[in-house]
Amino acid sequence: MLSYIVRRSLYAIPILIGVNLITFILFFVVNTPDDMARMHLGMKRVTPEAVEQWKQERGYDRPLVINSAADGSDKFTETIFFQNTVKLFAFDFGRSDAGRDISFDITERMWPSLMLAVPSLIIGLLVNITFALLVAFFRASYIDVWGVILCVVLMSISGMFYIIGGQFLLGKVLHLVPISGFDMQNAFKFLVIPVIIGVISGIGSGTRWYRTIFLEEMEKDYVRTARAKGLPETLVLFKHILKNAMIPILTGVVVVLPLLFMGSLITESFFGIPGLGSYTIDAINSQDFAIVRSMVFLGSVLYIVGLILTDISYTMVDPRIRLQ
Amino acid sequence: MKFLSRHPIFILLPILLIVVWAGGLYLSGAKAVFLWTDVLVYILVLSISLFAISSANKEHLRDPWRQVVRHKLGMASLVVLLIYVLIGLLDSVHFRLALDADKQTANQEINHESEVLSVLDILVTPIRVQYEKTYSAPFASHLYAKETVEHSDGTRAREFPRLEFGGAHLQDPDKEKFGDIAVKSFTGLMIGLVIWSAITLVIILGYCRHYRSSFSENLNLVFSESSGIPWRVILGTLLVMCFLMGLAITLAPNYHILGTDKVGQDVFFQSLKSIRTGLVIGTLSTLIMLPFAVMLGIMAGYFKGWVDDVIQYLYTTLNSIPGVLLIAAAVLMIQVYMANNPEMFETDAERADARLFFLCVILGITSWTGLCRLLRGEALKLSAVDYVQASQAFGVSGFKILWRHIQPNVMHIVLIAIVLDFSGLVLAEAVLSYVGVGVDPTMHSWGNLINGARLEMAREPIVWWSLLAAFIFMFALVLAANLFSDAVRDAFDPRLRKQ
Repeated sequence: MLSYIVRRSLYAIPILIGVNLITFILFFVVNTPDDMARMHLGMKRVTPEAVEQWKQERGYDRPLVINSAADGSDKFTETIFFQNTVKLFAFDFGRSDAGRDISFDITERMWPSLMLAVPSLIIGLLVNITFALLVAFFRASYIDVWGVILCVVLMSISGMFYIIGGQFLLGKVLHLVPISGFDMQNAFKFLVIPVIIGVISGIGSGTRWYRTIFLEEMEKDYVRTARAKGLPETLVLFKHILKNAMIPILTGVVVVLPLLFMGSLITESFFGIPGLGSYTIDAINSQDFAIVRSMVFLGSVLYIVGLILTDISYTMVDPRIRLQ
Repeated sequence: MKFLSRHPIFILLPILLIVVWAGGLYLSGAKAVFLWTDVLVYILVLSISLFAISSANKEHLRDPWRQVVRHKLGMASLVVLLIYVLIGLLDSVHFRLALDADKQTANQEINHESEVLSVLDILVTPIRVQYEKTYSAPFASHLYAKETVEHSDGTRAREFPRLEFGGAHLQDPDKEKFGDIAVKSFTGLMIGLVIWSAITLVIILGYCRHYRSSFSENLNLVFSESSGIPWRVILGTLLVMCFLMGLAITLAPNYHILGTDKVGQDVFFQSLKSIRTGLVIGTLSTLIMLPFAVMLGIMAGYFKGWVDDVIQYLYTTLNSIPGVLLIAAAVLMIQVYMANNPEMFETDAERADARLFFLCVILGITSWTGLCRLLRGEALKLSAVDYVQASQAFGVSGFKILWRHIQPNVMHIVLIAIVLDFSGLVLAEAVLSYVGVGVDPTMHSWGNLINGARLEMAREPIVWWSLLAAFIFMFALVLAANLFSDAVRDAFDPRLRKQ
């Protein structure tokens, strides 16, 4: 088990190198730092001195890959590639283009993201599984047919409309809770609508997905046996099917667990929650490439962690699977 | 439907359209403009037609399609989709009109307007050019905001001024408007009914020719659904769509039926123009990367070994970057690149289109990995099948086996992936535009429409119509696409077919 985890983690290294190469090419080769400087300082009437100064303040004045002016190991370390890309491996994100410490921002903003994402995930999971069980229980009846159609209808509404509609209804018409904003002390008040909306917008696709899992499980032999020995349908559903269906459900959840840190882009920015999602959006809007780069790296690391966790969770919930 | 696919009209119609198009260009002195996405759309239409013709001759492909045709919800949504596609195609034929005679220079060359128009723009000219000053509600005759108005007797007052175009034909809007709308709606419904009857007549006459039987017999065949095709559902949906079209034809030139936006542009016009953007993103994104996804996927599954390792590494790496961030990074870079190279594009439309094209490519790059993985798994399974092993034993080359035996057997997965991805991509466009990495801000799209309207929610009275318009148009398209893709999946997925 331990050797498997170590081996899988080693596999992650070439992937992360690949990710960093892609971001390096995108951010520094496709457009030179000069282009970025001009973009930031305004396109017209930029003096070369101002461009140089902008680059120097952010350390983009170094050569791309090999610094022929330096000696020894500095030949490779005093370069953009080393300073801005290789250092990410040590989780040294450096400073944003606006001058703030990215690592500090990330640790600060992680918590609001988690406070929003974790309850949304748990409540959403419970709600979706309940609905899916209900629909699966009445399979091949009108409840099932119309339930699935309702799911498709709910899926067809853009997530933005859920947010706009929910904000309007709960915040503006009913005046129940503040529309947006955040405050660590009474976070509950601010998180109620985002969580509710997050859950509702996921019902369509979630219920449909879990329904297919349940139906797939229902065709298996052990279910037929359970029915043949005279168990009531509810008992079959809750005791046999639910238990076995938990394997694909749990492993599906484990993949997304690490990514919860990244927060939700849209929800956070609509509700003004200072999490990592709105951090990313702000960075995109202000064209702060240093932050975008860091978030790309962080996201990939978390994704790979999720994959490894999935494999491990397979063995934990399903004793038939052995990792080698 | 077999008799339809063999009909000579399918050869004559495209030729006729091209002749009309070329003739129109020649007579008006306009210059055809082929945007990048236009060309891809034409290629797409062509390949879909070829695919349809080739699958009409193959029983194993015809059978699942027959199942789709019998699917009631699937066919109803297909009608809606086809109308969207029709509007999208009309909006994909672009040209630049010649400048007025007095603005021409002395030499022989004709100068053209810098504005790129499409056939759809010409068809809906009234709502394209009727700009108000700022916001106005649907069917309003007065502006949304108060202004100082000077009356004919010289007095001034702060009041809601009349709109320049919306309800401008009415003397006293408060009294006449309701009656006028009712009359116009009735005319619109009648026009819709006429269009619908004409289409129905063509279908019945088609049956008459095919079976060489009487009109009343075939009328019965169509409306009792004894042909196996759910004509009642299809024609019912078509009737609703025709009614909506008729209403739009009579009401839109006289009123802003979905209001106007901040700069006074008709929201209904914007929603119509957004259709092409949505369709292009939904289809081209998958199709641009499709050849790569199919080739790499089946190569990885069939050749195994180092080929498999490399391809797996490739898609795991791409997959591990969060999609939105990769798109954001790439779009930001393209933005910088285009800002630094403004000379590449002759007109604004071409620049916006280039950005749309790149967005499709990037969306394709982030979404091909899932399909590639599926195909790899399927090819792994297929490589152990008897007929593949037999070909190997006979010494058939690897690529030939891939093309002859593996590729045709994974095509159903590809087809299902295309239709399933479509609605997700249409929805993604709205989110990306919100994040600021979507289509060009000057391009009409539902994302931009929502984005512009979002900030107006705080106004009192609330400006809701842009959101409503984006909601209706997007919802109808995505719902139809979802329902249709379910029908296609049910028909083509062998695991579901058994049940």
